[in-house]
Amino acid sequence: MNDVTHQRNVLRTIAVVGNPNTGKSTLFNNLTGLQQKTANYPGVTVEKHTGKLLLEDEETTLIDLPGAYSLAAYSPDEMVCADILLGRIENAGPPDAVMVVIDATNLRRNLFMATQIIELGLPVVVALAMNDLAEKKGILIDPDRLGEKLGVKVIPIIPGESKSTNELKKSLISLLKENVTQREYLVPEVREAALKIYKKLPNDQNQTNVFDFERAIIDAGGAAEKRLLEQKLINLDQLEAIRLNLTQASTSVAALEARARYKWIDNVVNYSQTRKEINSGFTDLIERVTSHSLFGSLLFLTIMATVFQAVFAWASPMMDLIDGATASLSTIVSAYLPEGALSSLITDGIIAGVGSVIIFLPQILILFAFIIFLEDSGYMARAAFLMDPLMRACGLSGQSFIPMLSSFACAVPGIMATRVIPSRRDRFATMIAAPFMTCSARLPVYALLIAAFIPNETVFGIFNMQGLTLFGLYMLGIFGGIFTALMMKRFALKGPTPSFLIEIPPYRLPNIKSMVIKLIDRAKIFIRRAGTVIFTVAVVIWGLVYFPRPEVLINEFEAERTEIINSSSLEENQINSMIAAIDDAESAALMEQSYLGRAGKLIQPVFSPLGWDWKITAGVIASFPAREVVIAVLGTIYSVGADADETDSRLLTRLKSAQDSNGQPVFNTGMAVGLMIFFAFCLQCMATVAVMRRETNGWKWPIAAWFYMTGLGYFGALLANQLI
Amino acid sequence: MTLDQLKPGQSAVISKIAESGPLAQRLMALGLLEGTDVQMLRRALFGGDPLEIDVMGYALSLRQSEASQITVIDTQDSYQSS
Repeated sequence: MNDVTHQRNVLRTIAVVGNPNTGKSTLFNNLTGLQQKTANYPGVTVEKHTGKLLLEDEETTLIDLPGAYSLAAYSPDEMVCADILLGRIENAGPPDAVMVVIDATNLRRNLFMATQIIELGLPVVVALAMNDLAEKKGILIDPDRLGEKLGVKVIPIIPGESKSTNELKKSLISLLKENVTQREYLVPEVREAALKIYKKLPNDQNQTNVFDFERAIIDAGGAAEKRLLEQKLINLDQLEAIRLNLTQASTSVAALEARARYKWIDNVVNYSQTRKEINSGFTDLIERVTSHSLFGSLLFLTIMATVFQAVFAWASPMMDLIDGATASLSTIVSAYLPEGALSSLITDGIIAGVGSVIIFLPQILILFAFIIFLEDSGYMARAAFLMDPLMRACGLSGQSFIPMLSSFACAVPGIMATRVIPSRRDRFATMIAAPFMTCSARLPVYALLIAAFIPNETVFGIFNMQGLTLFGLYMLGIFGGIFTALMMKRFALKGPTPSFLIEIPPYRLPNIKSMVIKLIDRAKIFIRRAGTVIFTVAVVIWGLVYFPRPEVLINEFEAERTEIINSSSLEENQINSMIAAIDDAESAALMEQSYLGRAGKLIQPVFSPLGWDWKITAGVIASFPAREVVIAVLGTIYSVGADADETDSRLLTRLKSAQDSNGQPVFNTGMAVGLMIFFAFCLQCMATVAVMRRETNGWKWPIAAWFYMTGLGYFGALLANQLI
Repeated sequence: MTLDQLKPGQSAVISKIAESGPLAQRLMALGLLEGTDVQMLRRALFGGDPLEIDVMGYALSLRQSEASQITVIDTQDSYQSS
């Protein structure tokens, strides 16, 4: 066997399966450490986690399968588990061994899927996790007796302790050498019916398994049935006849399966488990306090306020540091490279572009540190429970709350956090609604426009007009998101309301090592995936701003500078300020001549109903990769330099006094409000688009979201400009 | 009566799951079958939907609409004695 493996030059694989909340991922992280890879399975939105595990001298690949309660599948996402176990994904072949992780505190329910997996006939070892916690609760399980009934080895482990996994590794080593013994089928009538059809098939059906026919018979309307019907290996009449024959129309085949398995399981549990009555006072107390309607809600608000504050405020020193580091890197590079296209490409294009991605990293790390902690401790399910009534009114579900809240800081970690939502429909609705929340990149744009065009007056005695406008913009985002989520569920994501069947796991102390590994994984995904897209777009935008640089224009400004430097009547500080003014004017002139400037002029008619001139248009175009860029672009166009920020008084003055060719002011209140609405709605963030692509595993949703949000922004701005 | 009509603390035995199809199958996979003991633990604020129940030693949350598919027989006596 070993020789064959080496000849193929492919590592042997071990699949890790189990219910959610069993400590499965902690065990996986403990066994593989940082030797992990995360990718997406083709065609579905399920993440593929693989890692390396050394068994004696042999390196093996561990695959962490998504947590599930059953092998029954009604969607391609749910089908992933079975497809991996049967070796149908990426032609990898079935795993060489399967490790089923079960939770000792909850043996009965965990054995349901375990029996389904054992029946597949692959070499199986069962890792009995949480046995220590079970003992504390008075549940004593005899692993040998349990293994005897299951027909496989059962090894007690503590998922987070390396020492406790030695026995498990030993049994994996022997498992890879053994042959599988005959397995008992717990629902024999379904197995026989499936075999009958399977045997009649032509011999070349290597992608199909008896298991598919079993599932097709049991899961009426499920993924296996759909696949076999598409492959024309069976027809619906045939299936219905088999089901009728099995149930005599008195029940469903699914009920038949569940009853048979649980009948068997209840006997096995009685045989291998004994219970003592023990009062676990402390965890009960925590449980009672945190789920108390008053204290629980207060605790929830405190936790959420801390998360929000952390993502918003704690991240900013680190973000400033990254900002400073990219700026100094640019300075160093430009000092060593001769002035010109190459230097500008590296500093203004690559360093600035990559910097604009890395700057989100502190927020992502902080948010995910909280999310992973809340998940692993068991609090997340309780938070979802608490928020479900409110979020359901918005067309979402309890699990959408944290993604939506974190989107107020940044939609990128918010969208990444939607992974905790099990229902695909709710997950997609949350992802499309999340970018409407007022993120931290919108704030400087709002601040600039409000300071320039909204009078700083008191209204209704107590409210400040500027503050009220900012509040209104936040509300606009929230209602835009709710409206979108409701519309999505009404039209785009039809189907039955997803269930809210979630296990509320007992509180547990998270394992630090496992938390750190998960955090690093999130950071790597973000940098790799989002980084590549942003990098490309940053270089493209740089090219649009930098080229074509007409020689004549540059020479004119150079002549002006030479004249000033050579004039003897001026003092040095006068010369410096005049040179600076010429530099800014040169940048503005080059910007007007650049492809971006030309594009602004070309496209401007589209935006003229919104009251925009070519300068605003060019600024908005340039800000599609990252909305806050608009300030720097406007700074360049209005000749105050690209390092202008939202508090720059010169930029404020120039915006206020800008005139069109007829001498009319460009900015009026309606147009400025419209521009703010545009920025509130429009999806001007390449990082969000890139993350959405990854999380939905395709371009369809991000492209649809982009057109939808841009369209909404356009009409909002149009209405404001025409009506105000 | 149906599962959603239980009061917090009240125990019952499942007698029937009305719905067929994916939801019923999920419930059964999670161990909710005829004869399974359940206990209402608590209900969410603002209308009591979703609700949390105990199923043979673990806590499960489900929506009111889902719980109303499950018919139960009140075991008030065993609840009082325990």
